Amino acid sequence: MTALNQSQPLMVASPAPAARGQGARRSLGQWLIITEAVLAFLFIYIPILILIVYSFNASRFSSNWEGFTLSWYRSLLQGGGVLGLGGVDEAAQRFAAQGILHSLRNSLIIATIATVIATTLGTMIALAMQRYRFKLRQVVDIMLYLPIIIPEITMGISLVIFFNLLFRLLSQVLGITAVLGFPTIIISHVAFNISFVAVVVRARLAGMDPALEEAAQDAGANDWQVFWRIVFPLIMPGVLGGALMAFTLSLDDFVITFYTAGIGSTTLPLFVYGMIKFTVTPAINAISTLMMIGSMVLVTLSLVLQRQQ
Amino acid sequence: MDMIVQAHEAARQRQRQQQRTLHFLLAPATIWLLVFFMLPLLIMLVISFMKRGTYGGVVPEFNLANYAQLLNADYFIIFQRTMVLAVATTVLCLVIAYPMAYWIARQPPRLRSVLVMLVIIPFWTNFLVRTYAWMVLLRNEGVINTLLLSLGLIDEPLTMLFTPFAVIVGLVYGELPFMVLPLYANLEKFDYSLMEAAHDAGANNFWAFVRVMLPLTLPGIVAGCILVFIPSIGAFVTPDILGGSKSVMIGNLIDRQFKAARDWPFASTISITLMVIVSLAVALYFRLVGESDRTI
Repeated sequence: MTALNQSQPLMVASPAPAARGQGARRSLGQWLIITEAVLAFLFIYIPILILIVYSFNASRFSSNWEGFTLSWYRSLLQGGGVLGLGGVDEAAQRFAAQGILHSLRNSLIIATIATVIATTLGTMIALAMQRYRFKLRQVVDIMLYLPIIIPEITMGISLVIFFNLLFRLLSQVLGITAVLGFPTIIISHVAFNISFVAVVVRARLAGMDPALEEAAQDAGANDWQVFWRIVFPLIMPGVLGGALMAFTLSLDDFVITFYTAGIGSTTLPLFVYGMIKFTVTPAINAISTLMMIGSMVLVTLSLVLQRQQ
Repeated sequence: MDMIVQAHEAARQRQRQQQRTLHFLLAPATIWLLVFFMLPLLIMLVISFMKRGTYGGVVPEFNLANYAQLLNADYFIIFQRTMVLAVATTVLCLVIAYPMAYWIARQPPRLRSVLVMLVIIPFWTNFLVRTYAWMVLLRNEGVINTLLLSLGLIDEPLTMLFTPFAVIVGLVYGELPFMVLPLYANLEKFDYSLMEAAHDAGANNFWAFVRVMLPLTLPGIVAGCILVFIPSIGAFVTPDILGGSKSVMIGNLIDRQFKAARDWPFASTISITLMVIVSLAVALYFRLVGESDRTI
């Protein structure tokens, strides 16, 4: 609209018939752009809103609205609907209900441990990259970006092959039997999360005046003191933002977990994938809605922390 | 003289301490990435040149058969299709995102940042959930078919789920913000008085856009296209959930070779090839997109 208003005086100056024709076209163009933008926002939001609305729909198989219900949410906790059994087998339902809570618990444990490790290592390497010049710095820089751009499936497959060879080696040389599970998932999550934490913390460090640290060093503080008294309080929002991002990524990860998980280490996304692939019940809408709310809360928190001055 | 020596010594000590601090900061993450990221990739590269054992497993015998196998029509068609789907996704994202980013960039500053947030927020929800949402919309008894049937526009449900169409919709939906953000960054910086100047010089809207706005926002276009293309070419979840047998992509092929066929060497070969394609796209990104235009 602003473009239209700004250019109007110009059109008055040009020959009248042409100006009228062009003015009409232009406003049509403006309307097309507004319409397109609105449609694009609808495209982004409608699928999500439909999931939320249908999680309260009483209808089981059709997409017709057959009244409001909370039974899909209840069924998540009772296990009904999760396996698509709906009252067929009580034992199976209890098992499924345990499954969902169990996978949520697994996800939280994995995400917490992976976040603590990745945030520590990511912050440290961010400091090294942003505050020091050294040989091979560019090589480390590339290695740090690789996990962000590499296709997830490539990373997942390479890790599972690596772990399998490692396990074979362990059993042959040391006689130790190891299988895929929590440790392999956590190791893999840390491997991609370090990079994301480093990016966020480096952005924070880049906006910081190194004179403060130099002044503290001149005043006789050692590196350790400079870090905890000066640097850390200043980059704290970045570190927390990075940590929350790592936590969200870990909690949400499907592809890499899909390959590095073993029996008994099913995470929430793996469980939901199973539901999507092998059942069709509105209980998936309910769990999707809950996961969406969870992600939104985490991300909003992360963004607020990163923006804090 | 003594003082100079002392100062020199102090400086060296300081340097040594700095060196120690640097190593302390650098070592843990570097070692982690070397062992749990670079080494697995290296192993995969080596295995990609080996043979599959009779019962799965790997026979350590160097050969190029796996790479030659990529040219086999059955596999080549999947590479071709993946390219087509990724390019289609990129073009559609560009067409949807450009006017959208333009509109956002022309709003008052405060509204702008709210609108940008509105673009980003939904994409932080779980990818599986977002993909599943399209299953609810596209399936035969889904929302779109139910709506069209009840409006009397169609007599029988349209088959949309498990088709290449569904995969493209899912990919566009998943990658759209990667296009909107770099375009917006460019369109926001764009000096709109240049358009008036072009009009003054006698250009109509179309030519002003083609000759002025398009070249000046080209960095954003290039950045957005590459950023959408990269995840699209490596997609696995979207074609796995929304696609059918006619929309198998490279990601699904890798998964099948690895799990169903238990052919680790060939799965490695495809993964390495995929990585090379992605690396080329990334190299292009750093080559073509200046540092100031990079949003990611």
